[in-house]
Amino acid sequence: MSSNSAANLTLCRRAAVLLLAVLLLCCTTVYAEQNVPESTTVVASLAADDSSRNGSGIFGAERWSPYMCGMGIGILCWLIFLLADRPLGISTAYAKTAGMLEKRYRPRQVEQKAYYQKFPPEIDWECFLVIGVIVGAFLSAQLSDSFQTDFLPETWITHAGSTLLLRWITAFAGGIIMGIGARWAGGCTSGHGISGTLQLAVSSWVVVTAMFAGGIITAFAIM
Amino acid sequence: MLKKIHTHKRFQLLLATIAGVIFGFLLQKGGVTEYDVIMGQLLLLDFTVIKVMLSAVVTGMIGIYSMKALGLLNLHTKPGSFGASVPGGLIFGTGFALLGYCPGTIAGAVGQGSLDALLAGIPGIIIGCGLYASIYPWLAKHILNRGTFGKKTIPELLRVNPWVVILPLCSMFLVLFYFIEAAGW
Repeated sequence: MSSNSAANLTLCRRAAVLLLAVLLLCCTTVYAEQNVPESTTVVASLAADDSSRNGSGIFGAERWSPYMCGMGIGILCWLIFLLADRPLGISTAYAKTAGMLEKRYRPRQVEQKAYYQKFPPEIDWECFLVIGVIVGAFLSAQLSDSFQTDFLPETWITHAGSTLLLRWITAFAGGIIMGIGARWAGGCTSGHGISGTLQLAVSSWVVVTAMFAGGIITAFAIM
Repeated sequence: MLKKIHTHKRFQLLLATIAGVIFGFLLQKGGVTEYDVIMGQLLLLDFTVIKVMLSAVVTGMIGIYSMKALGLLNLHTKPGSFGASVPGGLIFGTGFALLGYCPGTIAGAVGQGSLDALLAGIPGIIIGCGLYASIYPWLAKHILNRGTFGKKTIPELLRVNPWVVILPLCSMFLVLFYFIEAAGW
């Protein structure tokens, strides 16, 4: 009887700590928001007659505060851990797609590859996640009237000119290299960068450090 | 009850799709599905990517470790080693800077109309993953297992209560946010 009430007390204590932590986080974020002069916050875009807003209401705003978006992603992670018993990860979807495509043309080779024993080439959780990401981003862009087909980003044009072929080659090569790197490291900026780091996984912190080191050095080198 | 949800295949795939829609929506609204924003981060001119990622990490860390303490969920850390995590990360970073998107944001970029993402980037990533599957056996034999640290978390490594790491770390990130904003990045 007394151990039961003791357990309940511990649970209450933990729940109280959780509640306090969330409250503290919200207060700090709101404080940071209020004291930021020029960022595109939800509050600012609602209050000001913002010319970058093309739709109506919060969902019509072209940009939300990055802190709010990050918090939303963090809460999404809570729900995925809770309801799906897995971390939020993306790159596996591409690995499985590669396997599925190769399976169409060289099925026996795919069966023999050890990597596809580990990651069976079939449409799975991560694939549906990625499809959702495409849809979600599309929805978001449509609501703010900022959907735009585009091949040459502005930063690229500034540093590398307007040759379509050069952008295509660089993006394609970059994609190949990134795909190799993601699977070598065992995850990407979502799997390691967000899910892994929030779990305080040693592997993820090492990977993310290396990712940004490699990324920053390469960016400075090519631009 | 949660176990039943975890094993219900149809529900899980629906959940994955909804989660993806929310994720993609938030990434696009945050601005991180744009090449200019991502390259801006790697060129240390625009810190939007860091703001989004670290906000997610702070929120996620506190929530997930709290729920873990309540026995509501399990961690799912990935294994790592010096042979896997360091070269993998560096190679990823190189590709990341050349392409200007990551595997998640590139899907978002496709959703908002970026054709370089759809026609060049995604085929490249898929091919890269396929190439990796071919070189995997050699890598697994010679490199991937060098200097393993397994699935350990930092608190486990330091043998401390997780909150000894979480609270100072999150406080540090909040201070970092303040300085980033104050510097006008």
